Amino acid sequence: MPEATVAAPPTNVTLAIDGKPVTVPPGTLLIEAAKQVGIEIPSFCYYPGLALQGACRMCLVSIEKMGKLQTACTTTVTNGMAVHTENEEVRNARKAMLEFLLTNHPLDCPVCDKGGECELQDAVFRYGAAETRFIEPKLHEPEKKFSSLVYYDRPRCILCYRCVRVCDEGMDVNAYGIGFRGAHSEIIPNRGDELECEECGMCIDICPVGALTSGTYRYKTRPWELTYTGTICNHCGDGCKTTLAVRNNVILRANNRDHSGFNGEFLCVKGRFGWDFVNSEKRLTTPLVRRNGKQETATWEESLPLIAARVKDVIAKHGPGSVGIIGSNRTSNEENYLLQRLARAVIGTHNVDHHRTGDFSSLVAALTEARATDRCATMRDVLDAKSILLIGNDPTQQHPLLAYQIRQAVRQHGARLYVVNSSDIKLALRQASVFVKVKSGGEASAVRALAGNDGASGELVLNGVEQLAIFREKLAKESDTVIIFGAEIRGAAVGQLVRWGLSSALSGRTRFIALGDYANSRGAADMGVLPQCLPGYQPVADEAARARYESLWNAKLPESAGKNVREMLDQSGGIKALLVFGSNPVKTFGLAREALGKLEFLCVAELFPTETTELADVVLPAATFAEKSGTVTNTCGEVQALKKTMRQAGTRSDLEILLALARQFGHEWPYRSADDVLHEIVAQVPGYAVALPNLLVGRAVPTQPAGNPPPLERDGLVFSSRDSLFTSGSVSRHSWALNSVDEAKQPHDHIF
Amino acid sequence: MSDYESYMKGSPHEVKVISKRFGLPNSASIDVYLASDGYKALKKALEMGPDGVINEVKNSGLRGRGGAGFNTGLKWSFVPRNIPKPRYMVCNADESEPGTCKDRPLMEYDPHQLIEGIIIGGFAIGAHQGYVYVRGEYRYLLDIVDRAIDEAYAQGFLGKNICGSGYDFELATHTGAGAYECGEETALLNSLEGLRGYPRVKPPFPAVVGLYGCPTIVNNVETLSNVPGILLMGAEAYAKLGTAKNGGTRLFCLSGHVNRPGVYELPMGFPLDRMIEEVGGGIPDGKKLKAVIPGGSSCPVLKAEETAGLAMDFDSVAKIGSMLGSGGVIVMDEDTCMVKALLRIEKFYAHESCGWCIPCREGTAWLKALLTRLHDGAGVPEDPDTALDASFNILGKTLCPLGDAAALPAISFLKKFRSEFEEHVKLGYCPHERKAVAAG
Amino acid sequence: MLSDALKARFDQVITRYPVKRSAIVPLLMFGQDEIGCVSDELIEEIARRVEVRPIEVVEDIGYYSMLHRQPIGRYNFQVCTNISCLLRGGEEILEHCKRKLGIGHRQTTPDGVFSLEEVECLGACCGAPAMQVNYDFHENLTVEKIDRLIERLEREVRSQEPGVRT
Repeated sequence: MPEATVAAPPTNVTLAIDGKPVTVPPGTLLIEAAKQVGIEIPSFCYYPGLALQGACRMCLVSIEKMGKLQTACTTTVTNGMAVHTENEEVRNARKAMLEFLLTNHPLDCPVCDKGGECELQDAVFRYGAAETRFIEPKLHEPEKKFSSLVYYDRPRCILCYRCVRVCDEGMDVNAYGIGFRGAHSEIIPNRGDELECEECGMCIDICPVGALTSGTYRYKTRPWELTYTGTICNHCGDGCKTTLAVRNNVILRANNRDHSGFNGEFLCVKGRFGWDFVNSEKRLTTPLVRRNGKQETATWEESLPLIAARVKDVIAKHGPGSVGIIGSNRTSNEENYLLQRLARAVIGTHNVDHHRTGDFSSLVAALTEARATDRCATMRDVLDAKSILLIGNDPTQQHPLLAYQIRQAVRQHGARLYVVNSSDIKLALRQASVFVKVKSGGEASAVRALAGNDGASGELVLNGVEQLAIFREKLAKESDTVIIFGAEIRGAAVGQLVRWGLSSALSGRTRFIALGDYANSRGAADMGVLPQCLPGYQPVADEAARARYESLWNAKLPESAGKNVREMLDQSGGIKALLVFGSNPVKTFGLAREALGKLEFLCVAELFPTETTELADVVLPAATFAEKSGTVTNTCGEVQALKKTMRQAGTRSDLEILLALARQFGHEWPYRSADDVLHEIVAQVPGYAVALPNLLVGRAVPTQPAGNPPPLERDGLVFSSRDSLFTSGSVSRHSWALNSVDEAKQPHDHIF
Repeated sequence: MSDYESYMKGSPHEVKVISKRFGLPNSASIDVYLASDGYKALKKALEMGPDGVINEVKNSGLRGRGGAGFNTGLKWSFVPRNIPKPRYMVCNADESEPGTCKDRPLMEYDPHQLIEGIIIGGFAIGAHQGYVYVRGEYRYLLDIVDRAIDEAYAQGFLGKNICGSGYDFELATHTGAGAYECGEETALLNSLEGLRGYPRVKPPFPAVVGLYGCPTIVNNVETLSNVPGILLMGAEAYAKLGTAKNGGTRLFCLSGHVNRPGVYELPMGFPLDRMIEEVGGGIPDGKKLKAVIPGGSSCPVLKAEETAGLAMDFDSVAKIGSMLGSGGVIVMDEDTCMVKALLRIEKFYAHESCGWCIPCREGTAWLKALLTRLHDGAGVPEDPDTALDASFNILGKTLCPLGDAAALPAISFLKKFRSEFEEHVKLGYCPHERKAVAAG
Repeated sequence: MLSDALKARFDQVITRYPVKRSAIVPLLMFGQDEIGCVSDELIEEIARRVEVRPIEVVEDIGYYSMLHRQPIGRYNFQVCTNISCLLRGGEEILEHCKRKLGIGHRQTTPDGVFSLEEVECLGACCGAPAMQVNYDFHENLTVEKIDRLIERLEREVRSQEPGVRT
């Protein structure tokens, strides 16, 4: 398709703000133009990216040749405009607006959650509008509980309507409205006196005052008593940056305080409220050792040698191939790297795998084969995409940030969304240009039909078989499409999709995202927690690749691939000792209690007691994401740094556990910290040569897929947990917040 | 239904252009209308073409009768011509400015004159759909206008191919539900779209981005009712009825302390003092005039001495610091408590503030609370200045004109009758109420 | 349940607009006229018909002062006390109604016959003092006119009671 004719860039506009010349593109709002020259015009209702309101009148400025003061948030710049933002008239107007606002605003700042970080407080401080001549009784309304997580205090509300807009324009949930009118106006929730929504808490975060407060944070602390640490959310695979606010080793709040990272201010309900499992009383805080059939508390000092002894025993009896290791979707890259090193170089087996929630290895294989390893899209790319093809998955439930990015791309940039799904997912109903609804499990068949350029059977497409033709026709006119696919597309179907996406059927730079469920699902695969791949998707069967790691680790590696997770869990597979890290295979793979009965030894490192820890001979209390440093890789392949925020007595991170175990086996590894491991990863793992300074300053650094992974060994290895917005594998069981909201109790396919 | 006798007392000073059918038996029926030049202007307009109509209306000096007083023809000319979007003609029948009750008889006694004006306006701007936004309280008028619209459809003045011209125009009524703010044109459009009646940020103006994002003209009932007459008598003749740049006649609503309150059609520029004395029959019980609000409660009040020879047209009234507004002339005699009068006005604006923007929402509520306390006898010496300051802080700073509508009367009352406010503070009670109790 | 006539009116009103939600306020008014207030059922029905979420209808109800969620008396006395009426005794009329009916602003008599409301300008300034009873205007009011009206309305109610012959 020919490139659209590029319009000549519009001529910039030059104006003067407080005497400072500024040149900006036409159409720029005055309030934004002022920022270019370091002038901050105060405002409450104006919020970048949200609809203009002209409601708070705080941004009134004086423009020469205009009689009245004008709102800088609704005025677009014109050539030669001369603006004054700090003259007496303007300052008096701002002071007046603040005096008006404070007439009915309670001065309960000493007990208000927002005290110390309140935009109204700051504005009053700046304009010295503390004195009031208002001596009438203030209007009062009792506080309302909109949900267990959101409270509304009408008297504090300044009616800036940010909450209404972020819920509507940002979240597409539309849970808020405005009730009554005049001085009695108030924000109203959508279900009588309560909210029925995604409970994302964006409204709380965006509230400039203490009108909307958080059910988990309110009245707990003053903001200046907290220690703030920027890290990465540990729930889904999107990898949102978040700031954990901690006091005395207790997390009290999470929000992306500095709005850095690709998620900006976005966090979903799990990111904003679902961290409370960290401080749960149900946490494992001491090792457990089974004695006489019962798990009893033990010390680390006795547990670790015991594990080594029992595993050595099994190796002696049945050989190293009888030992299996199952890794985690949430632990760090460094931990995953050490985990597979333990298996391969210490125990001497490739029996190392994890619950694969997305088929990253097939994506890498397909891109490598097509010599298109630069075609992985980032989270940011989704926001900027002109067109997006989403196959399978329900991002609104499983990848809330991705869903947010897609909505913003559609709403703000006019991107077109194409959806193939077997359910009426919200994005398909609300944002999609074309939606092909296929029968349950039919996503891969739809890809075959699309890629094979042949018609689909009416049996496959439920909402009109002609949809597929329309789909193909419209997509052909798009360029630079980002193709996003869930775990429904795996194995050969991924190859087919990638080949089609890179073919002339689609124009421009098509890029891809494979979706995996959890915070480091991608990293686990990238780090080689796979029986057929070394780190960086290098086939175990590849002698040269093996040789490289053999010399690096100073060990001999077995020559053929190991057992995958299903084979390890299969009693007839010959596994006698199983080491499980941060995973609950009994539940995930639906095993009966007796299914692991033939094991001679089971060791599990976990945060909480689970269906799997119950069966273990040794249970090790592991550390959460908040208690460790390291890196994780999101579903797009972007690496970001975890920062240690706090500590939980009695626990150890998987990294510490793995280092100690290696030592028990007589291996002194040359690492003292996660950083040491990261340096080795960056130097050795193909695709991971990321710039460390970028990681250090908190950026998301994309990796480049590399390697040549063999095809998927069998069916049933790649599947999604199908978490809802309110669940996160087994950890969400221990989150009060996530379980407290009514919406969590609804069947999770659709809450709307 | 209104009591015709009480509204239309008649006066020799009246010049009847738009009220000429008032009082005829069955005046609302299309037969009566057709019998007195009805829909002739429409036929003429269809021959003149849109530009011809716009020029004629422009030249007539017709200015918006809702209160703003903007030249109607000029407003119509702002509608962009060659764009593919539909255009809309909306009649603002949300008459709610206190002191104003002129659109009521226009719809009650001569709905076809209005409908004809709307069709002509629609034709001029290239609209094919019109709405009459009638305030909720005027339910009986909604029924009358609905009936008249049905009649007009039946006779081919509405619908497809009007009078064989090839021009199509659909018209429907729309009821409000109690909101003064919806008289503001952008709030009216939001209301007509089914939303809360919040005003919109301007620019863009409705002539460019209005109803459903399409070019829209919103005109008052009286404005549109003038259009057929203008086309029939010609712009020049119409303009001559009034003063320079203030063409035609105006329906004045005389209310308050006059012997003959009523709606009178007088030439633009008719002197205010004579209006009170000669048209309204003077002040009851031989009392003296204290003050007049010349154009509905949002206009600055005039002291008795300011009314002498004051020509009631937009420019002359503006010159002495008030506004002709919506034509609601509210007369107050010497025994009127100006504190109470202002309190009642501010109570209204506080009740009607939509609450969207801060200065209006909080400012009107503050003025109401302060004036209530002051009138009740709990005033403090700072009150008059505080109220004045608060009013100035509202003035010119709100999103829509409602803020000014609240601030302007407050400023004028507080400045011109300050001593009464101070007296309330000093006495600790309202002297007028005390007097009434003593007398009663 | 809405009457068939009301449903037909709803159908007709919605066709007037290119965007269905424009019909919300008219539908609320016509529905309230029949039902006596804006019921939950009416909100749901309107939301369904104009294809909006119920909260959008609720937002409108809060904004427009003529819409009410609770039933009111059969005759709603809406007395204007705004400036033109104030100057001609509007407050005295309101006080008289309060005394006569024994209820205050926004209250209803125990028998559900009368409600009273102090309202803003009704557009009857030249017939001040004025009020509306339901949608009917009553102008140039005096205390005697009010008394006569209340008597008449009471008679009307009695005559419509079962077993009473007129």
